[in-house]
Amino acid sequence: MALVTATRRLVHVTLRESSRRAAVISAASLPTQSRATCLQRGFTTSTQPLRSDNKVTVHFINRDGEKITVKGSPGDSLLDVVIDQDLDFDGFGACEGTLACSTCHLIFEEEVYKQLGPVTDEEMDMLDLAYGLTDTSRLGCQICLTKSLEGMVARVPESVSDIRQSGDGSS
Amino acid sequence: MSFGKKDNREHTGRQDVEVDIYERLPVPFGLVRFGVAPDHPEVKNVINTFTQTAQHSRCSFYGNVNVGTDVSVKELQQAYHAVVLSYGAEGNRRMGVPGEDLAGVHAAKDFVGWYNGLPDNRKLHPDLSCETAVILGQGNVALDVARILLSPMDMLKKTDITQPALDLLAESRIRRVLIVGRRGPMQIACTIKEVREMVNLPDTRPEMVAADFKGIAEAVKEVPRPRKRLTELLLKTALDVPTEKEQEKRSKASRVWGFRFFRSPVEVLPAPDLSRAAAIRLAVNRLEGSGEGASAVPTGEVEDVPCGLVISSIGYKSLPIDPLLPFDSRKAIVPNTMGRVQKTAGVYCSGWLKTGPTGVIGTTMNNSFDTARALLEDMDSGALDVSSAKPGSQGVTPLLEKRGVKPVEFSDWEKIDNEEIKRGVAMGKPREKLLSVDEMLHVART
Repeated sequence: MALVTATRRLVHVTLRESSRRAAVISAASLPTQSRATCLQRGFTTSTQPLRSDNKVTVHFINRDGEKITVKGSPGDSLLDVVIDQDLDFDGFGACEGTLACSTCHLIFEEEVYKQLGPVTDEEMDMLDLAYGLTDTSRLGCQICLTKSLEGMVARVPESVSDIRQSGDGSS
Repeated sequence: MSFGKKDNREHTGRQDVEVDIYERLPVPFGLVRFGVAPDHPEVKNVINTFTQTAQHSRCSFYGNVNVGTDVSVKELQQAYHAVVLSYGAEGNRRMGVPGEDLAGVHAAKDFVGWYNGLPDNRKLHPDLSCETAVILGQGNVALDVARILLSPMDMLKKTDITQPALDLLAESRIRRVLIVGRRGPMQIACTIKEVREMVNLPDTRPEMVAADFKGIAEAVKEVPRPRKRLTELLLKTALDVPTEKEQEKRSKASRVWGFRFFRSPVEVLPAPDLSRAAAIRLAVNRLEGSGEGASAVPTGEVEDVPCGLVISSIGYKSLPIDPLLPFDSRKAIVPNTMGRVQKTAGVYCSGWLKTGPTGVIGTTMNNSFDTARALLEDMDSGALDVSSAKPGSQGVTPLLEKRGVKPVEFSDWEKIDNEEIKRGVAMGKPREKLLSVDEMLHVART
């Protein structure tokens, strides 16, 4: 936990500097930029050691239709949860939570979607590029967990597949 | 060959597969290193995932190996159970107009290669002493070029743009950039993020032609959200009365940019001494049809635009690597079905070579995953014969040695990487790229 806190502070200060590289290396698979998003939005995290009653249950439906249930902490983004829990979604989170891609695209039920808060233009710009965009789509790196999202379901949609492309060069 | 996309990450669970990557340059990552704009560092984060893959025990990188001249595809087929062609699109579509080869005319691919440190483009020395630059094409590459031409120095100097490019841009006298497309605002190929960056670019103001937007406000109501938001941003930028703050910015701006629609290049006109480009002749089009499928039809009218720099950004193009492999020269791709090269067992393709040169990293990454899946399916079904052992790199490295070719391994790239970062720190940049293959090899070998 101490490493994570220290890393968050480091990223918070140096987010767009070249020393981001140091942050990325020292926190190998942690999407530090993604956690910074939730921090910047004022989603505080508990400074106490993680206890089971401070966790939020999230159900992911993967591309094979299987339900995977995991827990995250308030203040984690959904991308953080996918990475921390080592969930095997092909190509998820390629840009590491910096709003430079749309690979963390997730689809929610109407009721949950309404609770997720406003979408910034920046997120919408990248979301617009996502394959299979719906009215209840969001980018996982921008969704911050809170206790009120307990039990939420997030579906991982199909990414662009060759089945759609006939090899004739059209995309 | 080449390491643009990862097509094996999710399959590291297969204990029986080893992957060797052959790349012509001593450095990996392809367009992520040489194509993505210097001021888009977040887009390059995917390099971390690539690096993890390369460092996998069953993955090896062989840089500085030119497939086609140092080793043939046939020799690779003999050494490996499967060969995946992933070498992208290193050529470019030509405009095909008179004057295209005059000084002052460049392919966007070369201009981008120049500011991104591609060794083959380091001697480009574009002349930036004119007032107006015209870019043909309105995709994201065209917008990258416009943005780099017009960005304030204090923004660019903190990026990994090469120092020679930065020095030349610091002396640039270009004050106006026109980004020209054959069709209309609703067919523009760039994406909204890049347009927003232009609108928000400090010390610049937009200058569009209101008549280009006739009928657009009506037409935009019925289109899907992505196209709608993009078009609305264009409309707002072109037609709306600006806020007080925006008006102040525009009145103080020293640089101008704008889209020009319904124009196709027909000739680059030379200066009186015939030494260089002095203007571009554009045919005026009208649109037939609507939406993505609309076509540009010449009206017969032409218009001459004085300019000293012409950048043609109308698309990259793949080239054939071996006469024995099938190649569709009309579409400039390797003919394939789901990544399986037609009529060639054991050979696959992925990336732009497979589908043509469009799409962002995410699209191309998924296309590569699909090829990997097809390959694994073939292994499991027996369509790909893996019954007999093959030597892999042990069948290739002796050939390379005999031919005097010394591959650069991933750990050697890491030396180059560290050197570039070290030099960058001294300049206040994330890295200062090595610009020649010789320099890269020198650092790799020490």
